[in-house]
Amino acid sequence: MTDFWHWFIAAGTIIFVIWCVWLVQWSGKQGPSNVKDEELVGHKWDGDLEEWNNPAPRWWLYLYFITIIFAVGYMVAYPGLGSFGGTLGWSQYGQYDAEMEAAAARYEPIYERFAAMSFDELKANDDAHQLGKSLYASYCTTCHGSDARGAVGYPSLTDNDWLYGNAEQQIITSISQGRNGIMPALGPALGGDAGVDNMVSYVRSLSGLEEASADAMSAQPLYVALCSACHAVDGKGNQMLGGPNLTDDIWLYGGSTEDVRATIVNGRNAMMPSHQNLLGDKRLRILAAYVGSLSERQ
Amino acid sequence: MIGMGHRIHAVRPHKNNFNRDKALQNSAEYNDTVVRQFAIMTVVWGVVGMLAGVFIAAQLIWPALNFELPFLTYSRLRPLHTNAVIFAFGGSALFATAYYVVQRTCHVRLAFDKLASFTFWGWQTVILLAAITLPLGITQGKEYAELEWPIDLLIAVVWVSFALVFFGTIVKRRIKHIYVANWFYGAFIITVAILHIFNNLALPVTLTKSYQIYTGVVDGMMQWWYGHNAVGFFLTAGFLGMMYYFVPKQAGRPIYSYRLSVVHFWSLIAIYMWAGPHHLHYTSLPDWAQTLGMVFSLVLLAPSWGGMINGIMTLSGAWHKLRTDPILKFMIVSLSFYGMSTFEGPMMSIKTVNALSHYTDWTIGHVHSGALGWVAMMTIGAMYSLIPRLYNRESMYSTKLIDVHFWTSTIGVVLYAVSMWVAGITQGLMWRAVNDDGTLTYSFIESLKATYPYYGLRLIGGILFISGMFIMVYNVWKTISEQKPVPVPVMDPA
Repeated sequence: MTDFWHWFIAAGTIIFVIWCVWLVQWSGKQGPSNVKDEELVGHKWDGDLEEWNNPAPRWWLYLYFITIIFAVGYMVAYPGLGSFGGTLGWSQYGQYDAEMEAAAARYEPIYERFAAMSFDELKANDDAHQLGKSLYASYCTTCHGSDARGAVGYPSLTDNDWLYGNAEQQIITSISQGRNGIMPALGPALGGDAGVDNMVSYVRSLSGLEEASADAMSAQPLYVALCSACHAVDGKGNQMLGGPNLTDDIWLYGGSTEDVRATIVNGRNAMMPSHQNLLGDKRLRILAAYVGSLSERQ
Repeated sequence: MIGMGHRIHAVRPHKNNFNRDKALQNSAEYNDTVVRQFAIMTVVWGVVGMLAGVFIAAQLIWPALNFELPFLTYSRLRPLHTNAVIFAFGGSALFATAYYVVQRTCHVRLAFDKLASFTFWGWQTVILLAAITLPLGITQGKEYAELEWPIDLLIAVVWVSFALVFFGTIVKRRIKHIYVANWFYGAFIITVAILHIFNNLALPVTLTKSYQIYTGVVDGMMQWWYGHNAVGFFLTAGFLGMMYYFVPKQAGRPIYSYRLSVVHFWSLIAIYMWAGPHHLHYTSLPDWAQTLGMVFSLVLLAPSWGGMINGIMTLSGAWHKLRTDPILKFMIVSLSFYGMSTFEGPMMSIKTVNALSHYTDWTIGHVHSGALGWVAMMTIGAMYSLIPRLYNRESMYSTKLIDVHFWTSTIGVVLYAVSMWVAGITQGLMWRAVNDDGTLTYSFIESLKATYPYYGLRLIGGILFISGMFIMVYNVWKTISEQKPVPVPVMDPA
């Protein structure tokens, strides 16, 4: 802050404190127009509204005074008067750093122990599982649910269907960097309503939800041209790109005709946020092992 | 409601008594028409605003109550509730009593009849526009300042008119000293104009969309400078003005201490201005601003209590009246809640307390012990005192029903405040609980689950409070429906 603002803030604050002190001191004096204490002031409004000239209660004035003294003391000790940082040298960022440092000193040994374990050992370890469960409850339940079974648009973590794979590095990458699963809107590319209907039928036929009728099969060339890059020619998906498997009975956005149609026509945009800065390497790996173990521990 | 609207028309002079109309314009009589209009709408908007509150309290227990309709979702009805109770209910009460009190204590008729009438219709238009735009999702996204720029402009015009009428009346007063109630009403009117205009500075894009000129932490600071002073001047100074007229009137006793009035008035209006940053503890707001917000909130304790002391001590010596006068009961409980909330507020502004209470339902409890306990109880008391006088009667239709209303609202507020204290402290403790391995003990959803019983208790408290309002509607209806108001001649100063 510039010198001007420093003095502006500091002077303004001090003037208001002096104002309060002056008011307290004024009220101790005798009231207006030499009216004695505990007499009526002598004004009269609306027939019967009058005022006593009682002094303010002592205890109230002391209370007022004590809060002013506290305020002054606090502003000497802590940052308040412009750029003056206070005699204690306290700042909220300093407090944050100190608390984080204390936490690191306390919890780092625990994480150190788990960092030495292999991913499979972590998955099997009950203490790591418990720790991972707590992390999961804080960071993941909002989207994936407290039972980890997901919701529409948010994958279940309890089945064996992995959009981006369940190897150690794959899960860690999903959590640390986040994922953005984009399904483009393909309505116009399919040549009108009939084309969309046929594609919906074809996609549903891949998992046996519909008979592979002639109409459905007529969409196959377009499927190979437009969809196979992500979902693969056989419909089994592609974990490198996060393209979902269309041949199983797991549907991220629903498998009904209407749902599949909406997905194809409008596209989808799934967003898993990055958690690297929130968790740090060691805790993130424990959480990854917990997530990876969910489908195995069933 | 329609019936009440009809009454408002019925008290306006008819064409066939044109002469009486002329006489009404005569400065020898008080302008009580606009007071009556605002007083009746106070009761109407009280019911509407609190009904919205009860409904969204139920939605927090049963989210399905939004019926998947966008305009019934919590996010849109919550600002409707806050705007309706603060600006429609509280605002109408402040207009009604300010206009009544300034005439009686200046011993003149209200200045600018037509402008006064404009403030009534203008303010009701603002409320109507709020009731339409907020459920449609048209909002600036600033708490208690949600209304979009065209409505903000109308508010500014109405408010400046309010100031002209009020201060115009002060200027032409027939008595030298300005009564203490008018200091508070005056501070409230001037400050709310400044707060409203500066917090709502925005660049309009379309009729229903604008971008505020502040960004980042400056916007946060402006918003809470406004937000906390809305509490300090709209919900405190204005209602202290109401208290300073109706408490001594109802008690039939002089104000306890003129000197206390002076000290706590000048302290209150000076210090409230500094308190806003306590809403932004441990954020990107610079440390120095957070500190000033906290220490001045603490210094605010005594000036706030000054008003409570002056009110309660005015009643001292007339305690026996509490046995027979439930209106006084409303006022004394209101003052007690005022003292309680203004103790709680400074405590919550202390950083270490705030670290626990912030973002929890404790804040909601605090706000409602102020809004229901202090503001609504004082308003209800003042209306029970005022309405019969406006309709040429000695008293309300039923004193017994006022007593019933008193007990339902008192039990309602207590249930509300206590359940939210417990809920808030539970949430705060659950959020900060840490396991031995450094992970959080509870997920957010677990703290929400723990809150459910208290949401239930809060709903019961709210239902009790609004039941009292329905009793009030009946009592007011019975009081005024058979009654023809007569013009009251201006009293000569003593």
